[in-house]
Amino acid sequence: MEKKEYNKIVDKYTPSEPKLKNAFIAFIIGGFMGVLGNFLVDIYSYYFNLSTKDASVFMIITLIFLGCFFTCLGFFDKWVNFAKCGLIIPITGFAHAMMSAALEYRKEGLVTGIGANMFKLAGSVIIFGVVSAYLFGLLRLFVMGG
Amino acid sequence: MTYFNAFIFCGLVCLLGQIILDNTKLTPGHITTIFVVVGAFLDVFNIYDKFVLWAGGGALVPITSFGHLLIHGAMDTVHNFGVMGLFMGMFDLTSSGIVAAIVFSFILSLIFQPRD
Repeated sequence: MEKKEYNKIVDKYTPSEPKLKNAFIAFIIGGFMGVLGNFLVDIYSYYFNLSTKDASVFMIITLIFLGCFFTCLGFFDKWVNFAKCGLIIPITGFAHAMMSAALEYRKEGLVTGIGANMFKLAGSVIIFGVVSAYLFGLLRLFVMGG
Repeated sequence: MTYFNAFIFCGLVCLLGQIILDNTKLTPGHITTIFVVVGAFLDVFNIYDKFVLWAGGGALVPITSFGHLLIHGAMDTVHNFGVMGLFMGMFDLTSSGIVAAIVFSFILSLIFQPRD
């Protein structure tokens, strides 16, 4: 009887276990990405005497460089498989998408390969971002007055 | 304290993305696109600015900040040029990220070989 109840509980929780684990890992890794971003902003604004706004631009460029560089070295795909959204949602995911498209289509040539396909995965972010920012900008202009 | 807020905010955004990824059939591409649109939407009523004040750099790391920066760049030129400004300044703040991503991926893809 006790064993049956135990098995029931196991059955109840087994399918949802990877989801919980994935969510937990994404939360932790994503959180550390946020801490790293804030740390870089502090470092840049302290050592280069930049305003927070300029330092955050430097931070985004640094994270994009790291994302591209580790994708090239082959680490990043494994990390993305492990952390999933913890690394896809931060700006490194954008860099990873562009870098892997560029690497993948490189053998098709510079223009028809890299040039034509670099935005294959990341282009939707820019296109939907621009269109939605335009529409929401219009909304904000009429609702809030700019 | 900002570090703690940055951890919580960025972690929660990633957690939300992971929950959507696990429970629906959407691909990571869909999710990043949705998050950019949500980031732009949250800026219609200045909500995302409060997150940036609260979490500092932590709010600028997730892709939602991309939508936020697009709309902010557009709004800066709207002050001077009216509706036409929406076309002029949209990439003002995000150009650094896009240019960096294009330049780094182009140059690095010439140097490195693809790996499986």
